[in-house]
Amino acid sequence: MSTIPLWLIQLILIPALSPLFIGVTRKMKAGLQNRRGASPFQPYKDLAKLFRKDEIISRDASWVFRFTPYAVYAVTVLVGASVPLVSTAVANGFTGDFLVVIYLLALGTFLLALAGIDTGGAFGGFGSSREMMVAALTEGGLIVSLLTLALVSHTTNLFAVAKAVASLSFYDLPPVILAFIGFFIALLAETGRYPFDNPATHLELTMIHEAMILEYSGKRLAMIEWAAANRYLIFIALGANLFFPWGLADSLTAGEIAGSLALFIGKGLLFCAAIALIESTIAKFRIFRLPDLLFTSFIISIIAIGLIG
Amino acid sequence: MIGLILSPTGFILVIATFAMGALGALLLGKYDRPANLWGNLFAVAGSVLGIIFSGAVLITGTIPAFDIPTSFPLLPLAFRIDYLSAFFLLLISLIALFCSIYAIGYVDHFYRKYPLGALGFFYNTFIAGMILVVTAYHALTFFFVWEIMSLTSYFLVIYERREAENIKAGSLYFIMTHIGTAFIIFAFLLLYGATGSFDFGTIGKGIAAAPLSLRNAVFVCAFIGFGAKAGIIPFHIWLPGAHPAAPSHVSALMSGVMIKTGIYMLARICWDILPGPPPLWWGMLFLISGSISSLLGVLYALSEHDLKKLLAYHSIENIGIILLGLGSSLVFLSAGFKTFALLGLIAALYHTLNHATFKALLFLGAGAVIAQTHTRNIEEYGGLIRVMPQTAFFFLAGSLAISALPPFNGFFSEWMTFQSLFAGISTFSLATKMIFLFSIGALAFTGGLAAACFVKAFGATFLARPRSEKVSHAKEAPLPLRIAMAVLALSTLILGLISGGVSRGFAAIAGSLSAFQQVDALPASSYDLMTVNTGFASVSAPALFAGLVVITAAITLAFHILARKRLITIGSTWDCGAELSPRMEITATGFSRSIITVFRGVLKPTGQTEIEYHDARLRYFPKSGVVTMEFQDVYATFFYKPLQKLTVGIAEQIKKIQVGNINVYIGYILVTLIGLLILLAV
Repeated sequence: MSTIPLWLIQLILIPALSPLFIGVTRKMKAGLQNRRGASPFQPYKDLAKLFRKDEIISRDASWVFRFTPYAVYAVTVLVGASVPLVSTAVANGFTGDFLVVIYLLALGTFLLALAGIDTGGAFGGFGSSREMMVAALTEGGLIVSLLTLALVSHTTNLFAVAKAVASLSFYDLPPVILAFIGFFIALLAETGRYPFDNPATHLELTMIHEAMILEYSGKRLAMIEWAAANRYLIFIALGANLFFPWGLADSLTAGEIAGSLALFIGKGLLFCAAIALIESTIAKFRIFRLPDLLFTSFIISIIAIGLIG
Repeated sequence: MIGLILSPTGFILVIATFAMGALGALLLGKYDRPANLWGNLFAVAGSVLGIIFSGAVLITGTIPAFDIPTSFPLLPLAFRIDYLSAFFLLLISLIALFCSIYAIGYVDHFYRKYPLGALGFFYNTFIAGMILVVTAYHALTFFFVWEIMSLTSYFLVIYERREAENIKAGSLYFIMTHIGTAFIIFAFLLLYGATGSFDFGTIGKGIAAAPLSLRNAVFVCAFIGFGAKAGIIPFHIWLPGAHPAAPSHVSALMSGVMIKTGIYMLARICWDILPGPPPLWWGMLFLISGSISSLLGVLYALSEHDLKKLLAYHSIENIGIILLGLGSSLVFLSAGFKTFALLGLIAALYHTLNHATFKALLFLGAGAVIAQTHTRNIEEYGGLIRVMPQTAFFFLAGSLAISALPPFNGFFSEWMTFQSLFAGISTFSLATKMIFLFSIGALAFTGGLAAACFVKAFGATFLARPRSEKVSHAKEAPLPLRIAMAVLALSTLILGLISGGVSRGFAAIAGSLSAFQQVDALPASSYDLMTVNTGFASVSAPALFAGLVVITAAITLAFHILARKRLITIGSTWDCGAELSPRMEITATGFSRSIITVFRGVLKPTGQTEIEYHDARLRYFPKSGVVTMEFQDVYATFFYKPLQKLTVGIAEQIKKIQVGNINVYIGYILVTLIGLLILLAV
């Protein structure tokens, strides 16, 4: 019974905090670019504004377009409950397998790409095509980098992985570090950040994610934006809690969980800072350079597995 | 009752029902509708009897085995239905049942064009042939029924014989399947030479004394022979032509079931007939060819815009995934890790079942679309979801399943395949480990690319606006078609939901094979939780499904209440101020072009642009432009063309001894005679 609060945290934490992390990243980016930037809480206000707006839906759109935002959002909530956030005391053995997490997120991408085609605009279709190209090529690096962790910790359950990685000795770390590089590249690709995609663009030549969702408005756009934020935070949580799981609570006591939560936010902010730095210092890649980077992520992760003794 | 079902009479009844269907349809040949109903209703009845029979075997655990006496001494009819046979019999009957229901409504459009009697005859014989193939227990019986299956499927491929392309595809199929058969015959002759028997059981007992080189030779022959039937790259070249050429319900059977008979016989030979741990390279060969088949299969599917050809290439991909499971099992078997080996085999059998359901579903869906639009070209579809909403829904379920997305069945068998490959990495070292890693990479990229391919297939077919006139006449598919697709769509979901229980069932089936005689620990899955490798990984399909459904429902409700006062206006898609025409939508070619460009090293796409200008010197105002995009067939260029050149070259050399002078021929006879006499004297 005492695990119920933890399950609630698992379910709610990602949607509750994800707009903040988007806002913080934007704020940091603005700071690095000598701008003042909006408040970190601006994404919450944007979502609230969108929920108050009327919607316009293309007459070419089918139920796929209408249903997708709900499914995509639900997928991110379920995935949020399947990755370790503040405690490893309750190991989600039902959906906490890393392949389940990756393929659930792929389900969201799949539906979103269909919705992009559904309205019959040229933008949506090309956005979908590019998104699926990047998603298909990212999967290898993502699976193999997380597999590295699974192999060093002898389980594919993410909660157990976090627990095991925390107790690794210093000499076991090299494969973990390499795998992290592979994972981080996959993170940038999966969350649509530089050098893969520009989250702030609306120029047809450079859009990937934004082109795909161009036809959405009102509450459906809000849900898509929110789901994208959730996805961003999920990947940050994976990176922070699987590769740097130190300080993650292993019990259900309120104090430890609060400490762990604070630490999680701190680690997450470091990720945001890194991403903001990347986005302010390098340019977006040409689209056919992206596969090189994604194959690099795959090869690095392969080498990481080779290093496991 | 059970005794009667499991008696030889029960089995003969199944076959006799198909025979009745075949002969009756042939007699009714001239009358289209009666021939259709007779042929397909008997096929339905036969399939139901087949399900009952195989179900009884699997539930009671009794293994019927019997010889049917014949008056030909060289043609003994010996059958034995053990768990593995019963599973494949169930698979065939199940898919045949849905295909036959579908056919009742589908073959309408052949009326007065092609003979329905012949279709009924070959269709029923084809199903019966497949059933006999997976139950035969004697090599001679097996050859006989294998030929029935191959020949009837050939006639079904060329059924629409007035289209030259179909005849060409049929001929290639005919040649390739018989090259395969030649290798299979050779494999069994080798076994006969070593054991003096054609009976599978006797071979299994006698072969233990045979040298390893003989077993290797048998394995290579069986791999080529059955690999050609299963569509393993590079023996696959017949498949993308033959499967689309057949009527769609036959394509579904060929892609979903017939190619699995190759998998069945590989499993039968490697796990049951040839005893003892296999050499390591057998499994490695499976893993490498599985990786290549799955990756190239999906890449070729991406470059295809004939809907049925696209699905056919996905069959190659999925055969590759099945081979990955089989391969990891063989590698573990050779290293003595029987529990892991069992896991690999379970994953392969599970994926066999799953692929049969979703591939049959997709082919039936494609057939429904083609019957309405009269074209197989994906580029001419578009917007079909509005006129065929139910077909679209079922096709979407199939697309999600084949892309291995949870909570559909494809995900769970790929998950198990992944797990068996993971076990390989943590068990072996160096070269073997790298092969496993390569396989994991192949499987990971295959999953992503398959999803991309089905976004393309579903999006280009059903979504956006119609791209040609042909779509405007389309209507929703007739009822029998929708029933068949609905049940198959439901089973893709249910087979995923009960993955824990299903994997236990497969553990029993695989565990009954002679390779697993002394395995103590079976995978400890329960109905609600699928667990592998003593807790290394677990996934709960019901929790996954319930989580998705409950959260989606809750979110839909919450957001609806939150935004209940907001208006929804129906407008047109953003058109940048221009008139939005169907030509502005993304096409299937455009969609996959970016991925093809990434893999241009493998796919070798060629693009040629010809532009005619109003003024040839200025070159500013193009009058007309033609872009030709093609793919170089890598196998034809690098494998089959050189092979053909070699064969022709040898023939040219041999031709030199034919000088046309009778004296020379008499000289040859003399030389041969002297040679033989010397041979005899020595």
